[in-house]
Amino acid sequence: MKFVRLKEVPVHIFLLFSTLLSVCTTIAIVFFLFKESLVFFKEVSVFEYLFGTKWTPLFHPQHFGFLPLLSGTLLIAFCSAIVSIPLGVMTAIYLSEYANSKVRTWLKPVLEILSGIPTVVYGYFALTFVTPILKYLFPSTLVFNAASASIVVGVMTLPMIASLSDDAMRAVPRSLRDAGYALGATKAEVSAKIVFPAALSGVLASFVLAISRAIGETMAVTLAAGATPNLTINPLESVQTMTSYIVQLSLGDTPHGTLEYQTLFVIGVTLFLITLLMNFISELILRKYRQKYE
Amino acid sequence: MNSNEIQYEKHLAFRRKKSRIFRHMCLAASLFGLFFLGCLFYNIFSNGFSYLSLNFISNFPSRFPEKAGILSAISGSIWLMSLTALFSIPIGVAASIYLEEFAPKKAFMKLIEINISNLAGVPSVVYGLLGLAVFVRVFGLGRSILSGAMTMSLLVLPVIIIASREAIKTVPDSLRYAALALGATKWQMVKDHVLPSALPGIMTGIILSLSRAIGETAPLLVVGALGFVAFTPKSPMDAFTVLPIQIFNWASRPQAEFHKLAAAGIIVLLVVLLIMNSIAIYLRYRFQNRNK
Repeated sequence: MKFVRLKEVPVHIFLLFSTLLSVCTTIAIVFFLFKESLVFFKEVSVFEYLFGTKWTPLFHPQHFGFLPLLSGTLLIAFCSAIVSIPLGVMTAIYLSEYANSKVRTWLKPVLEILSGIPTVVYGYFALTFVTPILKYLFPSTLVFNAASASIVVGVMTLPMIASLSDDAMRAVPRSLRDAGYALGATKAEVSAKIVFPAALSGVLASFVLAISRAIGETMAVTLAAGATPNLTINPLESVQTMTSYIVQLSLGDTPHGTLEYQTLFVIGVTLFLITLLMNFISELILRKYRQKYE
Repeated sequence: MNSNEIQYEKHLAFRRKKSRIFRHMCLAASLFGLFFLGCLFYNIFSNGFSYLSLNFISNFPSRFPEKAGILSAISGSIWLMSLTALFSIPIGVAASIYLEEFAPKKAFMKLIEINISNLAGVPSVVYGLLGLAVFVRVFGLGRSILSGAMTMSLLVLPVIIIASREAIKTVPDSLRYAALALGATKWQMVKDHVLPSALPGIMTGIILSLSRAIGETAPLLVVGALGFVAFTPKSPMDAFTVLPIQIFNWASRPQAEFHKLAAAGIIVLLVVLLIMNSIAIYLRYRFQNRNK
């Protein structure tokens, strides 16, 4: 009994069109990023791009080796994970195992504020507060450095880990905890050796999502980490990430159609593929290792 | 007590101590976030408060920090957000209605859902590149407010869709059956019953996603918003700047005075965000109480 009134047809068309717009967005992202990247790869070999160790598209001689940007991005992703993962997991354990409902209802929203603050604010904070402290502790710290950016990005992604891991830990049934207590385990042992492993799939998925967000994070990194493509693992030095390169190029007036302009899209497509892959992995972890408790 | 028991008691005491320490460590980790937030607010207010004044709101940016203001940035933000809301709200709500109420349960629709949740995870700067390629170049809209607003709309759409779907899901099925049993068409049911009762939830989602968009900087920089604008935009085709970009511009200068200006700009931005979030929380609170 499917019947639609004639005058409602436009409504249905509008609803369907709106839904399909999201598909169009994806297609457009993939199409335009790849199209513009192909222009680039006509001039520069894929090999040079993937394995070159110098990234100097803005001056001569031009080098288009993407490794310095990748290393900068990964350095910040890694260091931010050092901040966000332990703090996030311990916050999640506190929220799900220790906090009473009163503390939970205010602590969780307050932590969410951290992820609601615009990233440019974090960048400002890193530059004017975190970097001076780092400089005091380690005098060799540069004005722009990866460590300061990593710390604020880590704090920015902390609520994501805390909130998703808390959900995963709360889904662990009480009976498992009680079994632990019955065997004489202390509360810490139950939390760390029973609840945490039982919730591992959700916790790991939250790590991957947080790292993916750290990779895509732009403004805080641009402000705090500087703009020097630098193949280094020293977090006290200045590095450039993929995202901050895109911003740097956008700030200058790069003419349309030049090779420099095309690099925007090459980096964009690389970034898009990396984050897509990571989101896919986190989805996979959730699907494959999800424990079903009845 | 034999020696085994003594050893056991000792070990037990040690384990209990470890448990207590663990508890305190977890508490400390939870409080670290709060501590960080406190430092952030303190740093920004102590730096920026002295620069806050009526002149700061009503002046254009300037080379002289004491004369600089955020008038062009605020009007740019208002223009941009109004257009973004105009584009993204109808489309986002329509898509969520379609997915929740009309979509056939087929594999294709499942694909669309996965697609939407993936779009929500794409870094915002990539949306900027999309806007640059499509709106600025292909559509020929140039580096205008319109290009920026359309880019922003694509960015917030997945978030609005996901939030609105959650709100529509909470509407009880009995309401739908009652409408249908009285002979309403599906659209009448949605328009007269489902939407009104999901509205507060949808509004909450919309406000939260738009408040995220207000602080968004990177995609607009890529689309070509300017760092220094000394006029208020008059039409959607004008060049523009927005508050976060103005803040970025000031924060990336080396002089300390401009850093203080940036902090003052951040205070304004945070106050706007605070107001929007309070409205969202208020709506959510009313919504929860009504459904009980």
